[in-house]
Amino acid sequence: MNMRLLAGGCALAALTLTGLSATADPADDTLVVNGEINMITHTEKAPDYIEGLSEQYSGWHFREDDTRVMQADDFDNPGMLGVEAAMGVWDTADGTEGKACASCHEGAESMAGVRAVMPKFNEEKGEMYTMEMYINQCRTERMGAEAWDWDSADMVNMTALISSVSRGMPMNVAIDGPAAPYWEQGKEMYYTRYGQLELSCSNCHEDNYGNYIRADHLSQGQINGFPVYRLKDAKLSSIHNRFKGCIRDTRAETFKPGSPEFIALELYVASRGNGLSVEGPSVRN
Amino acid sequence: MKRQILIGMVLPVIVGTAAMAETAPVAVAYEEGAVAQSLTGMPGNPDEGANVMSNRGLGNCVACHAVSAMPDVAFQGNVGPSLDGAGDRWEEAQLRGIVSDAKMTFDGTIMPSFYKVGPYIRQGDAFTGKAFEGELPPLLTAQQIEDVVAYLMTLKE
Repeated sequence: MNMRLLAGGCALAALTLTGLSATADPADDTLVVNGEINMITHTEKAPDYIEGLSEQYSGWHFREDDTRVMQADDFDNPGMLGVEAAMGVWDTADGTEGKACASCHEGAESMAGVRAVMPKFNEEKGEMYTMEMYINQCRTERMGAEAWDWDSADMVNMTALISSVSRGMPMNVAIDGPAAPYWEQGKEMYYTRYGQLELSCSNCHEDNYGNYIRADHLSQGQINGFPVYRLKDAKLSSIHNRFKGCIRDTRAETFKPGSPEFIALELYVASRGNGLSVEGPSVRN
Repeated sequence: MKRQILIGMVLPVIVGTAAMAETAPVAVAYEEGAVAQSLTGMPGNPDEGANVMSNRGLGNCVACHAVSAMPDVAFQGNVGPSLDGAGDRWEEAQLRGIVSDAKMTFDGTIMPSFYKVGPYIRQGDAFTGKAFEGELPPLLTAQQIEDVVAYLMTLKE
């Protein structure tokens, strides 16, 4: 009986370890957007501080052929419609100060590099800031405009525009100094088994990426492609909106977009993708 | 053989006290992960078990496990091992233990515990994302566990 239990346990462990060599490999493919932006979607080695990952894969590798192709050309990428909409907003004055984004920042290209280091500790505010928070800081403090809701179309489109001008740059969020406690909090969340199904992020996205849960091809849960255009929702989705859905699906009381928990988790998960290219807006299922 | 004797001894007690016929999740006795005694005192129905295993709203076992005997069930997952031959590899008591709470057999396994009532971290009201106050019912009923076990016992190679 003991022998049998042991054999069963070993078999299960072996299956997990060799899962990737089965029929569910990440697609062997390279992504070049518009024939000119060479994307790093795979690295042979994850950062040393990510103990559970040997290599890194963008979620792009886990999607079907037609979905991957869609992201390679901005005319086929439906997420670029959000970018276009945000370009109009970028140049439009709003709020009591009569300013547009362009009044201070000129073209949106001036934001190149911003997405790659988000989230980032805001020295002035003394807390970790995501891109959404920086955008709202500009709106409320410089423009005298209303803050946008975290998951409003205006907000998600603007994050898509700001991401788009960093595409191809490697993700490079800082995890040390004042960021360290946020990173530790996010890491602890990553390994916490939430809800009645008792699932942690790592259960699916570290231990089982490449495997299938029904039709769902599990990725590494990288967020370098956010905001992502989700074909099933037919719209762009923020990082926190995706986190909310994932934790809900463990049959747990989830967290709110913009919550301190999700800000910490965003930093930790972003750091797992340091070295992968910024892809947002990407195309996923 | 030993198991049969045990069941033989327990059965009269169950018959004698109808209200106690079903073992509550907290009262399940695990021995090295296995559960010798039927949770209902009744044999499971393998046909019902097949339904529980393939239904997304019930066990949805096929989300993670492949079962060749269910060719009509699309998109069988591979997070867990194939269940083909499970009835050969395991004894009934072991299967009952694994289906009820696999963590008692495989420490730290990703497999959810189907006959357990917590404690859970931030337990939610099904897939609503909202909190659930009070004691959650287990993911499957005692009878559904027995039905799944009965079906698994039919998976011989």
